[in-house]
Amino acid sequence: MTALLQVENLVRRYTLPRPRLFAAAPMLTVLHGIDLQMPRGGSLGIVGESGSGKSTLARTVLALDRPQAGRVVLDGNDLFALSRPELRAARRHIQAVFQDPYGSLDPRLRVGRIVAEPVAALEPGAGTAARRERVAAILNAVGLPGHAAERYPHEFSGGQRQRIAIARALITRPALVVADEPVSALDVSVQAQVLALMRDLQASFGLAWLFISHDLSVVRGITAQVAVLYRGRIVEQGATAEVFARPMHPYTRALIDAVPRIGRPRALPPPPPAEAALRGCAYAARCPQRQARCLTEPPALSAGDHAAACHFPL
Amino acid sequence: MSAWRSAGLLTGAAITALMVAVALVALVWTPYPPTAIDIPHKLAGLSAAHPLGTDPLGRDVLSMLMAGAHASLSVALIAVVVGAGLGVPLGALAAARGGWMDDALMRAADLAFAFPALLTAVMITALAGPGAANAMLAIGIFNIPVFARVTRGSARGLWQRDFVLAARTSGRGDIAITVLHILPNIAAVLLVQATIQFALAIVAEAGLSYVGLGTQPPQPSWGRMLNDAQTYIFRAPLLAVFPGAAITLSVLGLNLLGDGLQDLLDPRVRRQR
Repeated sequence: MTALLQVENLVRRYTLPRPRLFAAAPMLTVLHGIDLQMPRGGSLGIVGESGSGKSTLARTVLALDRPQAGRVVLDGNDLFALSRPELRAARRHIQAVFQDPYGSLDPRLRVGRIVAEPVAALEPGAGTAARRERVAAILNAVGLPGHAAERYPHEFSGGQRQRIAIARALITRPALVVADEPVSALDVSVQAQVLALMRDLQASFGLAWLFISHDLSVVRGITAQVAVLYRGRIVEQGATAEVFARPMHPYTRALIDAVPRIGRPRALPPPPPAEAALRGCAYAARCPQRQARCLTEPPALSAGDHAAACHFPL
Repeated sequence: MSAWRSAGLLTGAAITALMVAVALVALVWTPYPPTAIDIPHKLAGLSAAHPLGTDPLGRDVLSMLMAGAHASLSVALIAVVVGAGLGVPLGALAAARGGWMDDALMRAADLAFAFPALLTAVMITALAGPGAANAMLAIGIFNIPVFARVTRGSARGLWQRDFVLAARTSGRGDIAITVLHILPNIAAVLLVQATIQFALAIVAEAGLSYVGLGTQPPQPSWGRMLNDAQTYIFRAPLLAVFPGAAITLSVLGLNLLGDGLQDLLDPRVRRQR
């Protein structure tokens, strides 16, 4: 059986502004060769701190950004090898939910048109009546009343807006939805409701979530598999329960310990400047278990279901 | 929104509506034909027969003002339409594509801004020949970079928003996103800019006509009425006052309207209500 999503050696660099007129533009490498796999109907969490490349990964998997190297293969199609019309056809199968429920809905459009946009753009054959019916059905599926379609986004709360965004992502019945921090802008009680909805939809629509978050407890609650991203590299991956119970990489350990609890100080030291990681392990400068070898030789991701990129796993 | 602000908006809208109404009425009716010469009654004072008096050739000043409103507003309208019609697509293109396209278009706009607009309009009409049509073009050309800049500036911020990303994951291309999402969200800004440019275009048209490069005789225009009145400034000072007041009033009205619209349509103000 082939995987639904296969990400191979994804490299993304950004060109920074030139420091001087005739200087070469410096490059910032955000993703250093990411490999990922997801089965149909699965759920994969990507965790990491700010600047680890999570959002860049999301944008690249969505084919919004072109990577410098690597492939994103969805259902056997390499998204960056497709022609424009082919990519458009493939977009029916991969949709997105974004972080900010206030920024992801066009304030000038009624909810009905917002939710119907993927259908209008990707399925030109669908008639107006059929479209309206599908909007009503999908709004119902995410727990919103049918008359929501007639209203404008500003009439809804943050949690309801995120339901609208989820409805838009699901209306073409995609196989994969990329959710970039979908609940981090919501209140904790609303977070729980939206997460429960996302879990239910995964089962009822048979879809897969690629779930990106900095919040470990959220990832723990919704995903079966998890990959820990540090400075654009996957440092640990495996079954979510397994990784959280027995972290192998010191960074994963530190992330878990950094969840604030009463009576214990936050454990994660501030990240060092990026130049510190030119050779050797990217995490070495912050690592409490660092040895001489860590400074000279970059560790590879180990084999197996629960893998870590560390010379001296915990 | 304060009562003072909405008073400004209403006043501006009322003055602008009055000007438009006068210009439209002048198309079908003026008290006298605005070009009818009546030497025996030249330089008549204010009277029931000639409410605003007559000029040195005995033409009725009220009729000329009305016909002049039509000339001024139509030149200004077309100049704004030309400026927005080309400037908005160019600005939207710069914002959508970014990169070298953006740089090239914005440096071209900078170049256009480096020329003093009115002087260059004088040069264009002097080269292309005086006349209302060339005045429209000359003023319109200088509206293009203004609209391009405003469009590009407001659109640029929107392209970073998540709803544009969502539209892209929905398979929308740059043109569809611009038409469906970008333009509706910047329409208010463009409308406000259009009223301001309209006011500037009226002044520019009056200026060109004053130096004889705009609307040509015998077609009346506010700018040329001012010029004609100069010779008689001591014998009949009111001849200069009326067209001057018409220009001032229409510019004031449009600026009040633009200001008021800006407050009314500003999303930050709207959200508070």
